[in-house]
Amino acid sequence: MIKGKFIDNLPKIYGIYTGGFLAFIIIMAIAEQAGMSAKLIGIFFVAFTVLIYALIGWLSRTMQTDAYYVAGRQVPTVFNGMATAADWMSGASFVAMAGGIYFKGYGYMALLVGWTGGYVLVASLLAPYLRKFGCYTVPDFIGTRYGGNLARLSAVIVLTVASFTYVTAQINATGTIASVALDIPFGVAVYVGLASILMCSMLGGMRAVTWTQVAQYIVLIIAYLLPVFWISNKMGAGVFPHLMLADEVARIADLESQFGLGSIKNSAADLATVPKGLAGITKAHSEVNTTPWKFISLAVCMMAGTASLPHVMMRYFTTPSVRTARRSVGWSLFFIFLLYSSAPMLATLSKLSLMDPNLATGIIGKSISEVQSIDWYQNWNQANLMFVSDFNGNGTLELNEFFMGGKAVVLATPEIAGLPYVISGLVAAGGMAAAMSTADGLVLAISNALSHDVYYKMINPKAETAKRLIVARVLLFLIGFAGASIAALEIQGILGSVIWAFDFAMSGLFFPLVLGVWWKRANAPGAVAGMLGGLAAGTAYLIAVRSGYPGFWGVTQLTFGIVGSLVSLVLMVVVSLMTKAPDSATQKMVDEVRIPSGKTVLGKQH
Amino acid sequence: MSKQAQHWEKTRNLLFVTLAIWFVFSIGIFFFGAEMEASTFRPFGYPLSYYMTCQGSLGIFVILIFWFAGRQEKIDDEFGFTEREDD
Repeated sequence: MIKGKFIDNLPKIYGIYTGGFLAFIIIMAIAEQAGMSAKLIGIFFVAFTVLIYALIGWLSRTMQTDAYYVAGRQVPTVFNGMATAADWMSGASFVAMAGGIYFKGYGYMALLVGWTGGYVLVASLLAPYLRKFGCYTVPDFIGTRYGGNLARLSAVIVLTVASFTYVTAQINATGTIASVALDIPFGVAVYVGLASILMCSMLGGMRAVTWTQVAQYIVLIIAYLLPVFWISNKMGAGVFPHLMLADEVARIADLESQFGLGSIKNSAADLATVPKGLAGITKAHSEVNTTPWKFISLAVCMMAGTASLPHVMMRYFTTPSVRTARRSVGWSLFFIFLLYSSAPMLATLSKLSLMDPNLATGIIGKSISEVQSIDWYQNWNQANLMFVSDFNGNGTLELNEFFMGGKAVVLATPEIAGLPYVISGLVAAGGMAAAMSTADGLVLAISNALSHDVYYKMINPKAETAKRLIVARVLLFLIGFAGASIAALEIQGILGSVIWAFDFAMSGLFFPLVLGVWWKRANAPGAVAGMLGGLAAGTAYLIAVRSGYPGFWGVTQLTFGIVGSLVSLVLMVVVSLMTKAPDSATQKMVDEVRIPSGKTVLGKQH
Repeated sequence: MSKQAQHWEKTRNLLFVTLAIWFVFSIGIFFFGAEMEASTFRPFGYPLSYYMTCQGSLGIFVILIFWFAGRQEKIDDEFGFTEREDD
C-alpha cells in the first residue's frame, strides 16, 4: 500500500490515520449504544491515542544528530504547520481558553489576538533568517551570531526559565486529564502523563516529536470542532456557528440584564462557601469591559513572547528551505486559527445552554433541588468543577448562585448539551493531545539546548555523535521528571504560568534575537547585557508586584515582559554602542543570513 | 549600490509595510474598543469589537503572512537569491 519514501507518502499516511481515527470514534459510539460504560469509553480514547503516539515515536527512532535535533530538515510546509500548531496549542489553549472567554469576555480575548498576531512577527522578523542560519537550537543562533560562550549560556538560561515555567503547566494538564479519564489519583496521573510524553520524544528527538505532533493536531482539532458544530446544530443556532451566532451573542446580553448581572453582588461570606477555583459569571459576554491599555499591553506581551519562545522557533529549523520556513508560518497560523476562532463560539454556546430558560438544558431559574438532581451536575460537582448554592434562600437558582471551573466549559459542555458520552471521551483525548504535544516540544527545547549548547559546545566539543545523543536523552528524562515533580505540587493554575512563560521569554530573548538579524552593530556584550538584564528586570518586577508593590504604567504580573524587554532593549543598544563593533567576519555572516540562497551559516552536521 | 544592498532595502521596506498592517489590526484598532462596539458596521451581525477579537484580526494575520511570503519570494527572485531546489 505504501511505497517509496516516507516523506513522499505523508498525505496518504496521515489520510489513513485520520480515517482510522474517525472509524475509532464511530466504533466507540456504537459501543456506547451497546451499553459500554462511560468510564471505559474514556479509558479507551486516552489509551488508544497515546499508544498510537508512542508507536510513531518508536518508529521515528534515530541515531543521527540532524534527525534528532531538526528532523533531518525535510518536513514539508503544511505538515510543519500542523506540527507547529500542535506544539503551540497547549493544554491551556485547548482546555482553559474557552473557559477564560466564558468568564472574562472581551478583556480575555486579548490573548487570542496576541497568540495569533505574534506569528506575523515570527514570519517577518525571525523564522526565515534563523532557518538560513542552519542552527540546531535558539542558543545556537545566539552563540554563533554574537560569538562566545557567555552569550550562548545567557540564551540557555533565558530559554530554560521560560520553557520550564511553561512545561510544568503542561505536565499538570496531562495529569489532570489522565486522572479524570483513567480515574487514577492526580499524583500518579502526572507520572503517567510524563511517561507518555517521554515515549514520544526519547528515541527520535525532533523527528519523533514532529510526526507525533502532526498526529496529535489531527486528534485535537477533530475533538474541538466536532462538539462546537454538533452543539450549534442541535441547538438550532446555526449550521456554521462561526458566522451564525450573532443572535445568540445578543440573546446572552439580554439574559444578562434580565438576570441582573452586575447589579446583584454576592457577599464575601457567601463567596467563602464556594469551592476554590470555581467562579460565577460576573462579566458581560461580548461588551467591551476593559481599558484599551489593559487589552493592548496583554496582547503585546503575548505577541513578543510568541516570537521569543524557543520551542516554536525551533519548529522552523526543520523545513527544507528558507522559502518553506516562511510559508510554513502561514500554515501554522491557519491551523491555529481553526481552533482559536472556535473557542469564543464554544463559550457562547456553553453559556447559552446553561442560561437560556427556553432551552431544555437551561438551569438558571430552575429550582435548586431540581438542578442538584441532574446527572451531569452531580458528576461535575463531584469532580469539583461545578457548584450551586441558594444564597438568597428563594429555592430558585439565580445567575449569581451558579459556579463553574474554567476547564468545565470545554470538558463538560458536550455533556450539558446532551451529546453522547463518546464526545466527552473524544474531548479528553483532544486535551491530552494538546498538552502532550506542547510538553514534548518544550522538554525537547530545554534538553536540546543543554545537550547541544552546554554539553557539546561548551563542555565537551570532542564528544562523539552517539555520546551526544545519549546525553541528550538522559537530560530529556531528567527535565521531564523535574517538571513532573513540580507539577505534582500544584503550585499555580495552568493559565497563569503559561502567561508568565511568555513574559519571561519576551524579557530575555525578543530583542537579542530580532536585533541579531536586523542590527549589524549589535555585539556580544550588548546581547549578554540585554538577555540577563532583561530577564533580571522582568523577574524583579514580577516578584515586586506579587509581594504588594503597586507597579507603574498599569503593568501587572501578567504583562511584566513589557518592563523586562524595555530594559533589555536599552541595555543592548547602550552596551553595544559603548563596546567594539562586531568584527568583519560576523558582519559578513549577518549579510549571508539575510539572503535565502547559498549555504547555511552552520554546516549540516555541527 | 550592490545587488545585496538593494535586495535588503526592498526586504526592509516590505517588513515596514507588513508591520504597519500588523500594528493596525493587533494594536491600533483596540484603542477604539468602545467605538467599535458602538459602530453600526456589524460583520455577520456581531458587534465589531467582538468580531475583531474572535475572528477578524486573526483571519487578517493569516492572510497577511501568506501575502508577505509571496512578496518576499518575488523580491528574492528579482535579485536571483532564491534557493535552488537541490540545496
